[in-house]
Amino acid sequence: MDLRRGIRRSGDGKAAGGREVPEVTDTSAPTTSAMLDVRDLHIHFPTDDGLVKAVDGISFTLDRGKTLGIVGESGSGKSVTSLGIMGLHHGTKANITGTIWLDGEELVAASANRVRELRGSKMAMIFQDPLSSLHPYYTVGAQISEAYLIHNKVSKKAAKDHAIDMLRRVGIPNPQTRVDDYPHQFSGGMRQRAMIAMSLSCNPELLIADEPTTALDVTVQAQILDLMADLQQEFGSAVIVITHDLGVVAELADDILVMYAGRMAEYGSSEDIFDRPAHPYAWGLLGSMPRLDRARIERLIPIPGTPPSLIRVPSGCPFHPRCAYAAQTNGRSVNEVPQLRAVGPGHEVACHLSTEEQRRIWGEQAARMQLSPPARHFSQEDA
Amino acid sequence: MVTFIVRRLIATIFLLIVVSMITFAIFFLIPRLAGQTTYQLATQYVGRNPTPAAILDIETKLGLNEPIYVQYGRFLKALVFGEHYTSGTGSTYCPPPCFGYSFKTQQPVWPQMVSDMPVTISLAIGAAILWLVGGVTIGVISALKRGTIFDRFSMGIALAGVSLPIFFTGLISLELFSYKWPIFPNVTFVPFTQNPALWARNLVLPWVTLAFLYAALYARLTRAGMLETMSEDYIRTARAKGLQERTVIVKHGLRAALTPIITIFGMDLGALLGGAILTETTFSLHGLGLFTVLAVQNQDLPEILGVTMLAAFFIVIANLVVDILYAVVDPRVRH
Repeated sequence: MDLRRGIRRSGDGKAAGGREVPEVTDTSAPTTSAMLDVRDLHIHFPTDDGLVKAVDGISFTLDRGKTLGIVGESGSGKSVTSLGIMGLHHGTKANITGTIWLDGEELVAASANRVRELRGSKMAMIFQDPLSSLHPYYTVGAQISEAYLIHNKVSKKAAKDHAIDMLRRVGIPNPQTRVDDYPHQFSGGMRQRAMIAMSLSCNPELLIADEPTTALDVTVQAQILDLMADLQQEFGSAVIVITHDLGVVAELADDILVMYAGRMAEYGSSEDIFDRPAHPYAWGLLGSMPRLDRARIERLIPIPGTPPSLIRVPSGCPFHPRCAYAAQTNGRSVNEVPQLRAVGPGHEVACHLSTEEQRRIWGEQAARMQLSPPARHFSQEDA
Repeated sequence: MVTFIVRRLIATIFLLIVVSMITFAIFFLIPRLAGQTTYQLATQYVGRNPTPAAILDIETKLGLNEPIYVQYGRFLKALVFGEHYTSGTGSTYCPPPCFGYSFKTQQPVWPQMVSDMPVTISLAIGAAILWLVGGVTIGVISALKRGTIFDRFSMGIALAGVSLPIFFTGLISLELFSYKWPIFPNVTFVPFTQNPALWARNLVLPWVTLAFLYAALYARLTRAGMLETMSEDYIRTARAKGLQERTVIVKHGLRAALTPIITIFGMDLGALLGGAILTETTFSLHGLGLFTVLAVQNQDLPEILGVTMLAAFFIVIANLVVDILYAVVDPRVRH
């Protein structure tokens, strides 16, 4: 953990600030042993209205057995990032630069066929809406074994047995009979379990969960999160959880990356983000999240405004039109793109406010929210 | 699944009875409601310049002066069990399904329709295979190569195919390929059992002409369906599994996109089996379509009644087949 913190993000000075897509991509092997090492990732989509900079300079690393939470509003680029890692932008007009190292193998420059081979076997993905993400015309078992059959030379019978086994492991009752059911015969929570079974069927080293609980009932959300945490222990995969729900990352994540307008706003450990957040946007997210450790009379504080257009990102700091503290930067937030800088060990933020100011403001906010020191965050057990 | 089929079969029989009632009502009830007397009605059944005695004779013989439900019962009985007709000299038996005798030829209607059926069936099924394969293939390629020259060109042709009437494309193809360059001269129907090669050769032009219209429609439908399906979440899931793109397109994309096509295909084929009127007329093929045209021209009521019932029967049966197929294809319908 400490080792990773020290060498994370070497040589990406223009990470959050790089307005131009770099022509030359650094393809040297990563110096970390991390499972996943994403460096200076840009994903741009040319459209008729202009260039959509959906992801603009994202860098992070992720170790085996660890979980990274990527948090942000709709349109902040979190899903585009995950699809980019999976190579699922292939065939679109997406213009991807930067490097993605998965277990020592670079994916951005790799052939589409090579990335396809890795998909489902070495990296897998769970999607938001399990009903629309499962094919309505094939049985759950057929869809799980299909994933297993492409990457393993086994008989159909063996693949089906494997599917039954996977369904049992994700907690589906009577897997021998349910394996022949169609997705519409499953409940929402069971569908997401089946989806998880499918994604884990080849024992992937990287699992990306894109809003895994958003479409589910609140009571089922907790079960699915528990299941994911248990399975991560069992399979030892590295997990990326993409969500707009801080409760979800509080439950699962070791590290958290806060994205805004396709860029990194803040990156640090879960404790950093929840206890010592340094970016005004992170304050806003925390202030707008219901917490059980907060006095009940307190109103939730929404972040004013809406996420910016990714074609015309505001000048300087992209968050400045919505930021209550932009005026305290002597106009820098309007004119100058904030660079990522360390505010603690392994804790980085892209903000013009000085570290002292950030600490002072957060201290005041935390006091106003009546967070009990040591601030405990919302977790599933509390719920 | 079995109960589903049985349920649909019972519904189909009920539907056919309703169809027969409506058809019967069109020919026998509505004229009465419109104020026509049974005598006037009988006049239509007698032929040209009848004597009043002959008209009265027909009126009693056909039971036109009886209550409408008795007539319908007799009509239904003739359909199912056949009917004995007594004429001046003796009695003739019209075997089931009996639609009566043609005014013009004095022959039972049903055997005439049966003899015309092979033409229509050959025409419809041959064209259906052509347009299904052609239309779906072009539609899929167009969807996958959206916005390319191929897409624009084929969709342009498809627009022409949908817009141009059969009697235009049919006559053009006859002029070009039967007269100017006689590749397919002498378009006449030869039964398949007699000479399969000649059967196929003589039907090429009608097949292509008819299929062109439908293929254009199906290409557009398939393209739209594929574009919609390929943006579904489960296609992304299929890709995320690491499937080959071909598998994603065919097994996951086309499978879902074809389901609505099956419905339309069944209905179109069913409707065509009742007679491809324009194609048969254009190519002078003596099938059910031309039979219908002639029946209408001659105001041959028993023939019109017969062909209407037959066409309705084909459509109802096509509906049944589509429903069963749909349950086979889409598991969500089964339960």
